[in-house]
Amino acid sequence: MQFSPEFENRFAEMLKHYPVKRSVLVPSLLYAQDEVGYLSEEVIAEMAKRCELTELEVRNVISYYSMLTTKPRGKYNVQVCTNICCMLRGSDELYDHVRQKLGISHKMTTPDGVFSLESVECIGACSWAPAMQVNYDFHENLTNEKVDRILDEYAAKAK
Amino acid sequence: MADLVSHQDEVKVISKRFGQGAANIDRYVELGGYAALKKALAMSSDDIINEVKASNLRGRGGAGFPTGMKWSFVPKQAPKPKYVLCNGDESEPGTCKDRLILEHDPHTVIEGVVIAGLSVGAKIGYIYIRGEYRYLSIIMQKAIADAYAKGYLGKNILGSGIDFDVFWHGGAGAYEVGEESALMESLEGKRGIPRIRPPFPAVVGLFGGPTIINNVETLAAVPSIINQGGQWYAELGTPKNGGTRLFCLSGHVNKPGVYELPMGYNLLKMINDVGGGVWNGRRLKAVTPGGSSCPVITAEESDVPMDFDSLMKIGSMLGSGGVVVLDDQTCMVKYAQRIMRFYQHESCGWCIPCREGTDWLKKSLDRFHAGAGVRKDIDNIQYLSENMLGRTFCPLGDAAALPTISIVKKYRDEFEAHLEGRPCPFEPEGAVQRLPVLAAH
Repeated sequence: MQFSPEFENRFAEMLKHYPVKRSVLVPSLLYAQDEVGYLSEEVIAEMAKRCELTELEVRNVISYYSMLTTKPRGKYNVQVCTNICCMLRGSDELYDHVRQKLGISHKMTTPDGVFSLESVECIGACSWAPAMQVNYDFHENLTNEKVDRILDEYAAKAK
Repeated sequence: MADLVSHQDEVKVISKRFGQGAANIDRYVELGGYAALKKALAMSSDDIINEVKASNLRGRGGAGFPTGMKWSFVPKQAPKPKYVLCNGDESEPGTCKDRLILEHDPHTVIEGVVIAGLSVGAKIGYIYIRGEYRYLSIIMQKAIADAYAKGYLGKNILGSGIDFDVFWHGGAGAYEVGEESALMESLEGKRGIPRIRPPFPAVVGLFGGPTIINNVETLAAVPSIINQGGQWYAELGTPKNGGTRLFCLSGHVNKPGVYELPMGYNLLKMINDVGGGVWNGRRLKAVTPGGSSCPVITAEESDVPMDFDSLMKIGSMLGSGGVVVLDDQTCMVKYAQRIMRFYQHESCGWCIPCREGTDWLKKSLDRFHAGAGVRKDIDNIQYLSENMLGRTFCPLGDAAALPTISIVKKYRDEFEAHLEGRPCPFEPEGAVQRLPVLAAH
């Protein structure tokens, strides 16, 4: 299993930060997922070996954290917050709009593999609602028009 | 990234360097940064704790526990290493303040962590940042590296003979990890399941060592307290509620944003003056005063000072400072339903009352809002919620129950308006998918 040199440097550095190996597991899984796209069988086996855990123990951790996924996703994962503060400022309608625009629903991926969609819980943008994240980028104070523009930009970047 | 706002009533202690480029270490030092660390290095550990005790600083994560007292619980002698843990797993719906601190003033957090460490004799601090805040991890990573390079961290900090290491740690999406013992489990590479207490983290915490765990905002207040004195900080607030607080105004207000106001600031004034009033010329219906887990308060109850004790007196909590404003067009059943959907999603399933309770409540409230509720469901919702209270290892069960109980009690008429096939009075016709009433017995 090959990761980027950047991943390896980070991993080696992180190992020095904790008295137990296992502590690097959660952040490393997320970085591995960023590179591979999802937590494949291969990634799970590799991380288990590196942290001296069984694969079951690694899966046990993965299933707890909402950002970790064992299924492939699109290049851009669109995460629309629908929690209370966003809901009060129209996130339900906004989420419907995004569903229509992308033609997919919760935890689905477009056939071209460009977009995935998720309705997510609070992302910490309550005072700038409604908001969404595309991968790790925040987009706030959204309107249907603004979302259209943002998604069009990502679609153009994917080409 | 997120827009900054300001208002004349603000008293800037935590936010004084926001928007001034203080993530750069030289700029931070220019703006008075790391002076508190120098001062603290010359103080005894008891002096630091006494200063923080005098400040009446209380935990900004939600529980409001006196910070100085928390630190004093750490035993002086311990067989295992001690740790300082900074909780940046901000995920309480309505709360978006730690994000601004970590973005605009990361060095204050580092400085607060080191001072907390000096007060108990810890040598290592971890700053836990939720996974969604990737850009903040990058900012923090650089801030930590710069602090090492300038001698504020590492071996023999500022020539004091004391070593101190600070590391950042990233999460991967979990509300419950914001709970102190779950956060420790997460940092140890496990599922974020809460631990049974006692023993408390001050005695047996991270990796089994005595641990101080504080919210980002709490630790960010510490350098100012050391610099300007505990008494100065205490006097900014109300008795037993020292200092200022970052209030995250959200929901139906004209000018939402994060404002730093003195503790005890009047809630109605906050909504009407600071927040520019309820939007669209509507009237205030209710407020969630401190994040989604707090019992909602009605418009009539909202003429209240925003401090821990005043809110407790009216049966709610100051919580994490997330002030969610609801206008008179809001359906309280839908609001309760959305809150419960969140807690059902976030329950780790470890304690049965929470796992089963949130699931049943979510189903009941979903059904209710869809017009399929019957009269006895209203009492059932309250009964189920009350039976979760105090019956779980961590407060997630309480967090789900408290707002629900308050909504059923204070807005029972709205539940009755949804009964037995009636459409939601607040939603346009057809907006809610209707469910059939199964049995009206």
